[in-house]
Amino acid sequence: MKTESDHYDVLVAGGGQAGLIAAIVAAEKGARVCLLEGAPRTHRGGNTRHTRNLRPMHIGPLSVLSGTYDEAEYWDDLMRVTKGKTNETLARMTLRQSTEAVDWLEARGVQFQPPLGGTLHLGRTNAFFMGGGKQLLNALYRHADKLGVEVHYDAMVTSVEISEGRFKSLQVGDHTISANAFVAAAGGFEANIEWLKEAWGDIAENFLIRGTPYNRGDLLRMLLDAGARQIGEPNQCHAVAIDGRAPKFDGGICTRVDCVSLGIVVNRNAERFYDEGEDFWPKRYAIWGRLVADQPDQVAHVIIDQKARGAFMPPVFPAVVADTIGELAQKIGLDPATLEKTVADYNAAVQPGKFDHTELDGVHTSGLVVNKTNWARTLDHPPYSAYCLRPGITFTYLGVEVSEKAQMQMADGTESPNIFAAGEIMAGNVLGQGYLAGIGMTIGNVFGRIAGREAADYALNR
Amino acid sequence: MRSTDKTTEAARVMSICNACRYCEGHCAVFQAMELRLEFNSDTLDYLANLCHNCGACYHNCQYAPPHEFQLNVPAAMAELRQENYGVYAWPGFMGKLFANNGLWVSFLSIVVITLFLGGTAILTGDDFFSAHDNAFYGVISHDVLAAMFGAVGGFVLLALVVSIVKFWRTINLPGPFRLDYPRVMQGIKDALSLKYLDGGNGQGCSYPSETPSMARRWFHQMTFWGFMLCFAATSSATVLHYGFDLPAPYGYLSLPKLFGILGGLGLIVGPAGLLILKARADAAPKGKTNKGMDVSFLVLLFLTSLTGLCLMFVRDTQYVGVMLSIHLGVVMTLFLSMPYGKFVHGFYRLIALIVFAVEKNDHKQVVGVCQDKKAA
Repeated sequence: MKTESDHYDVLVAGGGQAGLIAAIVAAEKGARVCLLEGAPRTHRGGNTRHTRNLRPMHIGPLSVLSGTYDEAEYWDDLMRVTKGKTNETLARMTLRQSTEAVDWLEARGVQFQPPLGGTLHLGRTNAFFMGGGKQLLNALYRHADKLGVEVHYDAMVTSVEISEGRFKSLQVGDHTISANAFVAAAGGFEANIEWLKEAWGDIAENFLIRGTPYNRGDLLRMLLDAGARQIGEPNQCHAVAIDGRAPKFDGGICTRVDCVSLGIVVNRNAERFYDEGEDFWPKRYAIWGRLVADQPDQVAHVIIDQKARGAFMPPVFPAVVADTIGELAQKIGLDPATLEKTVADYNAAVQPGKFDHTELDGVHTSGLVVNKTNWARTLDHPPYSAYCLRPGITFTYLGVEVSEKAQMQMADGTESPNIFAAGEIMAGNVLGQGYLAGIGMTIGNVFGRIAGREAADYALNR
Repeated sequence: MRSTDKTTEAARVMSICNACRYCEGHCAVFQAMELRLEFNSDTLDYLANLCHNCGACYHNCQYAPPHEFQLNVPAAMAELRQENYGVYAWPGFMGKLFANNGLWVSFLSIVVITLFLGGTAILTGDDFFSAHDNAFYGVISHDVLAAMFGAVGGFVLLALVVSIVKFWRTINLPGPFRLDYPRVMQGIKDALSLKYLDGGNGQGCSYPSETPSMARRWFHQMTFWGFMLCFAATSSATVLHYGFDLPAPYGYLSLPKLFGILGGLGLIVGPAGLLILKARADAAPKGKTNKGMDVSFLVLLFLTSLTGLCLMFVRDTQYVGVMLSIHLGVVMTLFLSMPYGKFVHGFYRLIALIVFAVEKNDHKQVVGVCQDKKAA
């Protein structure tokens, strides 16, 4: 790789939404900007490529969004999932500034999807990108190009020179580039199995990585080694139970299996281990990655009968199907006698009630060690179907601490004058744990804009 | 139900898309897909004909090559269309002509134009290079022309109607009298406005490159309306000829001439624009096995119009014989290739769009429902 110059006003590492926005904002303010994307062009954009929406606060309808989603409600939603693990100042600032995200993106060519008749349930809280995150990336890359941002692909940062918290230069291979200000937006470390193992132990070998294979966390590690203050815990991540047959990396959205609440989930020992009907699936899917990770071999199987067919999003891989529970157990490698007993016990424990999947119907089991509290229907309508589940890691929360100006905080209590962070690399400041649909892109959008503005102001002495 | 490489690939692609659904805002293909869990060949033929090959879903796809899922919806649909045009062709054996369509159309045009030139030269003898008082009718009489093109036109019409009926039945549309007419109007509107070349938000399709553009929509409109105006020119001339005993040639301020000139210009600019866009377009979303079909059709349209306008200018000169032969050769090739070339796409697409309007309105799948279910 060879850049046009050895020195820039603003250097951005990471070409996902946060980095791109920072680069665009800095360029719009007149800075000379170079953006380094670690992935090849076809896989550019980090996890943004796999995203679909962001979550803007709004009073009254906003672009494709209906109704009102005010700060109080948004804050409640955030508190519910993070259980208080957030920096309130940064979080409230993020919520307030999220309102401008849609207009800002639309003004730069990003298209949002108008609601389709009744197919979307998030038309009030989440603004969907037409075609998904890659459309947003394509539009922003085109816009960055128009502004003269110099973009390099396959440009993974290999070392960074930071002296007393001040960015001096970095290297991509044997090429050295310096800059007045540096924006770190290179994502988390979910694709770095060795790092995941430090937090999770050897079981991380059995995790599937739903996100981009290029988020290896090299820059994050370099910043922490250079004295940045760490935020979040290494085992916190967005972990979903996904189809066990999904690719090791980069499987994205389509690897989801959405029928847990319609059936039962058993582990390798053919035993149930958690209430499948605790709450609506969109509110629960983000805990199931962790639940499966705690099971032997980090594997589970969701089992449904014919009644549930067609009542959930079709999974990407076909189900394993059999006419009896015993035969199904054999096909998926479980002990038939145990699975038959598990299903029989479960069926016997189902209490009468009127099944309604659109509400918490209270149709439950009674007397089991692990009861199912909603949507508990007997499994008695063959053929039976099984989907294998494994933990799928989308993104990690451990990052660098930042200020309201997106300035990186140092472990010694100072703040870096010219290093700014945006996106997944600092999302843990706002999202310490749990998950809220669209919150990652919202954080990246808001902090991308702040980081770009502050980096340009610093670089241009404003 | 048919099972081929093309249907297998299209079914694989749709199964992945149906689990993702990010593209649902782009076009009808994905909205129709969401009404289904499985994809048989009837359904896939329908979806393939709903696809306008705008490329938006390819450029915005998180699973596009080199991702291991190797998703390329527009290419899978384009290749399947090429195959199913052949399946619905009548008579059946002529469907094979879709396999190397560009080649056979080129070959046919050479043969037909040569025959016209040779035939006319032999029949007119020394008069081949003469000007005539009654312009081109001096070279070949109206009755001969009408008989020749009438016969071929009749066959073309028959072949098209049978193909359309085959497709109509496959996708489970009811008989003409039991159609849901507001939905039919919606389908016609979506077809005529080329709605699904708008990318979903009116920004245009991702063609010829990833950047959304309206260029293709406009050039296609010029091509379509150019063709329709040329058709109107011929029709109005027929009315004048038989109804009012006013045979050609006509003056510049006559209906056939005004329609013809305007249509002819559209049919030059439109196909030329589409050809230029096609040459610049990304290769990946176009598909591999369907090469030549689109190009040969566009070239024929372009030449039909170009030679027609040239004929208008030279009709009172000694070059009328040569020009007329070339023009008639091109038009005859266009006629003969209509049921066995890209021309058929308009009919299948229109029908698919009508069915889609019904499915969307009823929120229920119409195509691909298996026969025993239909009976029940």
